[in-house]
Amino acid sequence: MADTTQSGPMLAADGSPLKRSLSRTLRRQKLRALLLIAPLLIFVLVTFIIPIVSMLFRSVENQIVSHTLPQTVEALQEWDPNSGEPPDEAVYQALFFDMFKAAEAKRHTQVGNRLNYEQPGLSSMFRGTGRSLDDMGEEFEDALVDIDPSFKTSEFWFELLSGEGADSFLKDRRAKLAAMAGESMRGDIGFAPSAKALELLPATTEAYTDFAIWTAIVEEDVVAEERPWEAVYAGLGVDLRSAEVVQQIASYDGPGAAALKAAVANIDQLPQESFRDMFAESDEDWLDTEGWRTMALYSPDYTTGYFLNSVDLQKTIEGVEARPETQQIYIKLFIRTLYMSLIITGACILLGYPVAWILANLPLRTANVLMILVLLPFWTSLLVRTSAWKVLLQQQGVINEILVWLGFVDDANRLIIMNNATGTIIAMTHILLPFMILPLYSVMKTIPPTYLRAAKSLGATNWTAFWRVYFPQSVPGIGAGSILVFILSIGYYITPEIVGGTDGVFISNRIAYHISSSLNWGLAAALGTILLLVVLALYWCYDRIVGIDNVKLGG
Amino acid sequence: MLDSQSSDAFVAFERVQKSYDGEILVVKDLNLSIPKGEFLTMLGPSGSGKTTCLMMLAGFETATHGKILLDGVSINNIPPHKRGIGMVFQNYALFPHMTVAENLSFPLEVRKLGKSDREAKVKRALDMVQMGDFGGRRPAQLSGGQQQRIALARALVFEPELVLMDEPLGALDKQLREHMQFEITNLAHDLGITTVYVTHDQTEALTMSDRVAVFDDGRIQQIDAPDVLYESPKNSFVAQFIGENNTLVGTVKEIKGEIALVELDDGELIDCKPVNVSAVGDRTLVSIRPERVEFDKNRLKKGTHTIKAEVLEFIYMGDIFRTRLRVAGNDNFVIKSRNAPDQVRLTPGETIEIGWLPEDCRALDAP
Repeated sequence: MADTTQSGPMLAADGSPLKRSLSRTLRRQKLRALLLIAPLLIFVLVTFIIPIVSMLFRSVENQIVSHTLPQTVEALQEWDPNSGEPPDEAVYQALFFDMFKAAEAKRHTQVGNRLNYEQPGLSSMFRGTGRSLDDMGEEFEDALVDIDPSFKTSEFWFELLSGEGADSFLKDRRAKLAAMAGESMRGDIGFAPSAKALELLPATTEAYTDFAIWTAIVEEDVVAEERPWEAVYAGLGVDLRSAEVVQQIASYDGPGAAALKAAVANIDQLPQESFRDMFAESDEDWLDTEGWRTMALYSPDYTTGYFLNSVDLQKTIEGVEARPETQQIYIKLFIRTLYMSLIITGACILLGYPVAWILANLPLRTANVLMILVLLPFWTSLLVRTSAWKVLLQQQGVINEILVWLGFVDDANRLIIMNNATGTIIAMTHILLPFMILPLYSVMKTIPPTYLRAAKSLGATNWTAFWRVYFPQSVPGIGAGSILVFILSIGYYITPEIVGGTDGVFISNRIAYHISSSLNWGLAAALGTILLLVVLALYWCYDRIVGIDNVKLGG
Repeated sequence: MLDSQSSDAFVAFERVQKSYDGEILVVKDLNLSIPKGEFLTMLGPSGSGKTTCLMMLAGFETATHGKILLDGVSINNIPPHKRGIGMVFQNYALFPHMTVAENLSFPLEVRKLGKSDREAKVKRALDMVQMGDFGGRRPAQLSGGQQQRIALARALVFEPELVLMDEPLGALDKQLREHMQFEITNLAHDLGITTVYVTHDQTEALTMSDRVAVFDDGRIQQIDAPDVLYESPKNSFVAQFIGENNTLVGTVKEIKGEIALVELDDGELIDCKPVNVSAVGDRTLVSIRPERVEFDKNRLKKGTHTIKAEVLEFIYMGDIFRTRLRVAGNDNFVIKSRNAPDQVRLTPGETIEIGWLPEDCRALDAP
């Protein structure tokens, strides 16, 4: 019946190639399978993959400095950090305009905080100076208004700077502002900067354009009707410091020419103080080169700084160097986390193995009752269990009281088993024990008792039979339990926090501290990334040494 | 008599009792002696206590009462690993994490033999079961029959004088099982070891053993050579348990030496050999093997009682014919006849006269 003489590809009953019709059938099956797992896939993607990727990204991301202080960062390129001198006036001038905008968006404190991680003190410097920026601008405003009252009106500025031909400039300002504020700056602003004005009065136009975008989009006001920022007055003041601009104004006849000419005529009434001096007046630390070095170091968009920090190193202008000894904590914490996790895993094996063995060898009914005792901790809140340990372990706690009462421990020398590593190990071993017992139990359940009998009938003592025959077969359970317990304990946080004191805390406590207290998310992300890599590396080693096929959770 | 028996026995159970829960005796008053070199099979339905006996001998269960002697020494308090008894388990119990050679080497290692000694013995044991090339494999890579051989080799490699086997062929298919039965018996006889074999398969028991002990209800019902067991069952349990068996129920009318006259419940009279009936008027279960029933009058002895039978079914089985009859109200009376050229094929509905030699018909205790 089969067409054995047929050459070429096999055909299905309908004449289409068999391969194609097979793959069509399979494709439908695959598609259905995919649909079935789609909800979980999406869930995992949203709640697991994306947060992890975002965390990895945060550990190197450093755009806040260059986004908030773009012109300053650019101007700072010219500065030689090793000169021992603070940067020149152009940098301070750029800083004024950047900070003014940032202060409007209340972003300057965030840059301050970011830089404060690297050099304590910068935060208050930024915050303090942010408050005096208005005063700096007002000096220009007052002087200009004194010279010509038309400077006071909103129409004057609008007419002076409105025009056309500077679309790309506007686009650039929008983009910079959007990056700084972290929100979209798209939309109609009812103002278009004039190319001529930009050429004549660059600083003024820049400041006014920023003001216009901000007013129209963020504050949703009409640009032409609003008094401009003090920064715009300062911009004009800066522009008028240039002899070239003064010269060009003489031949200028556009809108506001009279007022500009009046300003030029009375130029000596304008504040002559440099921005550097103004900043120094606000906070003399602005003259300190250390702050500027930090800013220059952390101005790129991406930084290795967080990672270096995580391993007790620091970035300096000269390169990477070790942190001062008093600030080195992370390596120590990583090592402590690893070795305490190992101790906890070991303790779980020692305590869990006999329990699992008994459970696996009892009649099913009794085993189930005992299994409930093993699982009972799972049904109690972690916090409650840990707090219970606190009650048990403290110096006036149950354990000490009993030991003193029994006379094992002298009343004056009560055991200190809390707020140190011992406390963490005791409490965490208890809490993680079920994660060891369950895989061990399910693996031991599958080892028939005849193996032990066989070994004994062959002449092995109880111990030899156990060690040579039973134990090797239970290793997959130990492996699975150990991986579970070790990885769980490496990332444990609540228990060390409550019973660990200072000697018993883990790296995760530090991560939590940076996430919720110091708000140094970059450092927290870097620490978390390192932790993740360590776990992956250990997993890889385990696979190499024991083989991941040898891990069984049951069956 | 008991004592003289056990003094020259290699293995002896003396008044052994076993209870797991303190209420029910799983083994009731077991007395058994096994001479050196014998192949003894413990046969019985599940729950009859045969495996418990084996486990007591191996040392995995302790006797509640009585003594178990090995070579004249009580082993009640000797732990299993010091008894030096080889054992083959139902599911082989080959250690999955060791290679075949390591499995075989294990009993030698725990006996602290030198490496070269061990290797030589392992090789010899593997060759003995024709598995010489499989030393490096893991048990999981072997077929059921191969695993069986390895389990056997492992039980023999340390040269025990007594080997216990707990339904070792249960997991094999029929053909392999028959082949292995043959190999195990040969090996046991060649090596001259004493073997205690537990099975619930009567064919296995009959083909392999020097003697078979039939267990039921915690007691040995009969212990005899296979042919004796088959042909001369001592009670109705053994008769029904071993081989196929026709039974008729009746009352003893008369006992004259080697012949008893039994009146069946429908009034027919038959001649039987009285086995465990003693008095006239006893109720009895009469047992006749299907192949000993004769329906050709010419082949029956003169004067033999015959009874009427109605043919219900004729089954052609190739080597034999199997005919189901209704005899004295029993619808399951079966006769087997050889497929010979002159053999008569009975047709359903036909009524015939059947008879047998009085010694083939055994009057046993009524259940």
